[in-house]
Amino acid sequence: MKHRLMLFLPLLGFLLLSGLLYRGLSMEPAGRESAMIGQPFPAFELATLADPGQQVDASLLQGQVTLVNVWGEWCPTCKQEMPQLQALAQEGVHLVGIDYKDKREKGRAFLAQYGNPFTLNIFDPEGRLGFDLGVYGAPETFLVDADGVIRYHHTGYIAPHEVTEVILPEVARWRE
Amino acid sequence: MARMTTWLLCLLMGVCLPALAAEEMRAFEDPVLEARYAELTAVLRCPKCQNQAINDSASPIAGDMRERVYQLLHQGQSDQQILDYMVQRFGDYVLYNPRLEGRTLLLWGLPVVLMLMGGLLVFVLVRARRHAAAQGLSDSERARLASLLGSDAADDSRAGRESSARGGQRSDT
Amino acid sequence: MLIEMIPEVGLFALIIAQLMALILGTLPLAGAATRRPLWMAYARPMATAQFAFLCLAYACLTASYLLDDFSVATVANNSNSMLPWYYKLSAVWGNHEGSVLLWSLMLAGWTFAVGYFSRALPPEVLARVLAVMGLISSGFLAFVLWTSNPFARLLPEVPADGADLNPLLQDVGLIVHPPMLYMGYVGFSVVFAFAIAALLGGRLDAAWTRWVRPWTNLAWAFLTLGIALGSWWAYYELGWGGWWFWDPVENASLLPWLAGTALIHSLAVTEKRGAFKSWTLLLAISTFSLSLLGTFLVRSGVLTSVHAFANDPDRGLFILLLLGLTVGCSLLLFALRLPRVGQRAGFTGFSRDALLLINNLLLVVMTASVLLGTLYPLLLDALGLGKISVGAPYFNSLFVPLTVLLGLVMGLGPVSQWKRTPPRVLWRHGGPSAVLALVIAALVPLVYRGDWNLSVSLGLATALWILLPMLKGLWERSRQGVSRWAALRRLSLAYWGMLVAHLGVAVTIVGVSVVSNYAIERNVRMAEGDTTTLAGYTFTLTELGERRGANFIADTARLEVRHQGQSQPFVMTPEKRLYLATGMPMTDVALRPGPWRDLYVAMGEELEAGSWALRLQYKPMVRWLWLGALLMALGGLLAVVDRRYRRRGRALRPDAVEASS
Repeated sequence: MKHRLMLFLPLLGFLLLSGLLYRGLSMEPAGRESAMIGQPFPAFELATLADPGQQVDASLLQGQVTLVNVWGEWCPTCKQEMPQLQALAQEGVHLVGIDYKDKREKGRAFLAQYGNPFTLNIFDPEGRLGFDLGVYGAPETFLVDADGVIRYHHTGYIAPHEVTEVILPEVARWRE
Repeated sequence: MARMTTWLLCLLMGVCLPALAAEEMRAFEDPVLEARYAELTAVLRCPKCQNQAINDSASPIAGDMRERVYQLLHQGQSDQQILDYMVQRFGDYVLYNPRLEGRTLLLWGLPVVLMLMGGLLVFVLVRARRHAAAQGLSDSERARLASLLGSDAADDSRAGRESSARGGQRSDT
Repeated sequence: MLIEMIPEVGLFALIIAQLMALILGTLPLAGAATRRPLWMAYARPMATAQFAFLCLAYACLTASYLLDDFSVATVANNSNSMLPWYYKLSAVWGNHEGSVLLWSLMLAGWTFAVGYFSRALPPEVLARVLAVMGLISSGFLAFVLWTSNPFARLLPEVPADGADLNPLLQDVGLIVHPPMLYMGYVGFSVVFAFAIAALLGGRLDAAWTRWVRPWTNLAWAFLTLGIALGSWWAYYELGWGGWWFWDPVENASLLPWLAGTALIHSLAVTEKRGAFKSWTLLLAISTFSLSLLGTFLVRSGVLTSVHAFANDPDRGLFILLLLGLTVGCSLLLFALRLPRVGQRAGFTGFSRDALLLINNLLLVVMTASVLLGTLYPLLLDALGLGKISVGAPYFNSLFVPLTVLLGLVMGLGPVSQWKRTPPRVLWRHGGPSAVLALVIAALVPLVYRGDWNLSVSLGLATALWILLPMLKGLWERSRQGVSRWAALRRLSLAYWGMLVAHLGVAVTIVGVSVVSNYAIERNVRMAEGDTTTLAGYTFTLTELGERRGANFIADTARLEVRHQGQSQPFVMTPEKRLYLATGMPMTDVALRPGPWRDLYVAMGEELEAGSWALRLQYKPMVRWLWLGALLMALGGLLAVVDRRYRRRGRALRPDAVEASS
């Protein structure tokens, strides 16, 4: 009778496969965890957007929990994301921006038009810091803890409901 | 490299990314470096695209990655170091050749296991049936077989007719 | 008035076809179970009617395209009044809705053909086979009607003109490629239906395999052509010069092909030796299941991560449901009703039976590897173990050794005998061939290019090893008749088909190994008057220009190419097009094809005024790849027309059954 049971093996295999495929239907293929989580924020030395003479490095992110947002004037979604970032700034979140692959004047004009929730913007015209962060588009957001270690990563646009549902709890969690 | 995805997706959905070549010219003094560059840019996956290696993607990040590969090669880094460098930033996703580790054991192991198990099964089946063949071959059949040796399966069905089915057991192959 | 109603007529025809499919799928099946000839007799008329109404529906959709009826959503999205009429014809299936309709039409066509050509089948077998196909068809028609209606209207706001067909699809190759591929996918439903009928009827004899083999070969030949056309099209149209990427979509077509190849071989054993019956049934079910799985993978968006597609989960769910029902039920049936009629036929280690067993093992491992590699990223993701990619390096590292092993078996297969092949015979055929293959394969790369390459030698050795014993066997057989010609004429067409198909495999192996290892590619910057040399060819850019096509504008380049030592140059003219309706840029490659090499020039970007980036490629023996596939398909077709399989009723005679089981 062993043989009879063996005959059910193909069916069993297929059922497992179907379960996987069913699961696959509801998964988001584009969403990916950043490889940088748990890693220290990469070293860099870049000028700020406001002042070409002012050089900043990774020590900027030491001492408090910081939300680092990668944006660019060329990125339409970033414009839609600004109100959410403003709301986060009002909640007392420390925000640092990375103006990624942008022109200085354009970046400044963008902030003038859409508001500036950032305490400081790092100007990364060649995308070198972005590359070291594993950024391949904008917007992307990283949460860096007080020790300068990346703790959380958000690919793409932060939707309005995610401000209170996702980002603020993460900030609170790493402040402790 | 050309990808059928692009066209099938176009075909099925009417959305498409334009097919554009990776543009920049690179100067290589050393043909070995050039070959390694070609190899590396073919096995690194563009993180932004659907399913393209960085050497056939027009996306900006693919261009950045090619540039970085080029620089690292000239800094004298090994292939493995360059791959690790990319993985550190973009994750295992960018490797078209997944590393052998705990979670990919099944991926690399299953074909080998299937092959071994299948080989064993074939061996067992052949042995079991050789027994049947030894029993089943009468002298007259042997003689006939000998006379047929030259003519192989000139007529396939004649060769087939040579064998008569024996035994009532089921064959599970 | 009449013209405006065409889409409604089409939709109506589609609904009637659905009803016919439902009757076809139920009544004859019930009739066969309860032995009511009248119910069973519904099978053929219903199959015919279903096909007729689907033809009508398809004709209506085509008419909407030809008449530029932009009130029909699919026409508005995929056509344009400026599109040439032949592209309007191919635009019908150049989108999801139309291609599913084509799928259904082909399924109905195969059903009709089975009904027409298999009149000699016992009525209950015919009833079951047609009914199973009717059930599949009703599932797909439900899919069309509920989720993908190609006749949906854009009323009352009818666009003035259509969005145009994707420029990549405006190509003659694309007119034939998808239909071929679908013919293959759908064609495997016939052998699937026969397998279900055998399980239901509890009978699988040699007659069954004789009915099934031509249909299987035909579907396989179509699928082979479809895959080859797709690869060829990608090669010349996309501008990269690549021909296979191991992309999930490509893998989806390769899966049923590999399983189908295994099926063809196991059917041979089942017919000639009465062995492998349960295995053959399982393969028959698996092959069509993999066709369906491929359809799911391509259309559900689970693997290719294209947002535009992933946001219609209804379609994915529906196909998954169809897949689950079809495959789940058939595998359950397989487990419950596997006929206990298999026999144990004897053979020894060296016999054609055993070699075919190994062939099946290798092909199944190949199929499993492709499936595993394609789905593994999804599996890890579902288990929360992160995202990985599985690409060409993985598949190549498995397929190269497996193909070589398969080649080893293929070399001996055609010259071995059923049941038992004495080692003496094997040595006589194999020994000298092996030596010759190794020597030639080791030397040719040296003579050909001067740089010896292990992969190329391995490929050549495998190809020669497939070829030489076959030729030797043929030579010996040709001496056994009154004359050589008469002796060769005695060989059956099916046998010739096998030889030609195996030759095709050898030719493809040569093409793949040479072009993968000896291709040369260079990106260059060229201005007018510049010269570049590649693989002995001198390319001179003589002129840059612009031109206006029917629906595009293009930058053009004119290159004069001279081969070493030849005075007469030839001209190559690549273009970079901008399609006006879609604003899409397209590379129009200049190709200089040849049996021994292709030259391939694609325009990149304009670097600065008067200077362009050009990609020059030298592709040795790339044509062999597709030539081999053509030979494989031709082999399959030769086997289809073999008279032995078309002699009506012969297979039904008890002695014939006896003789070959």
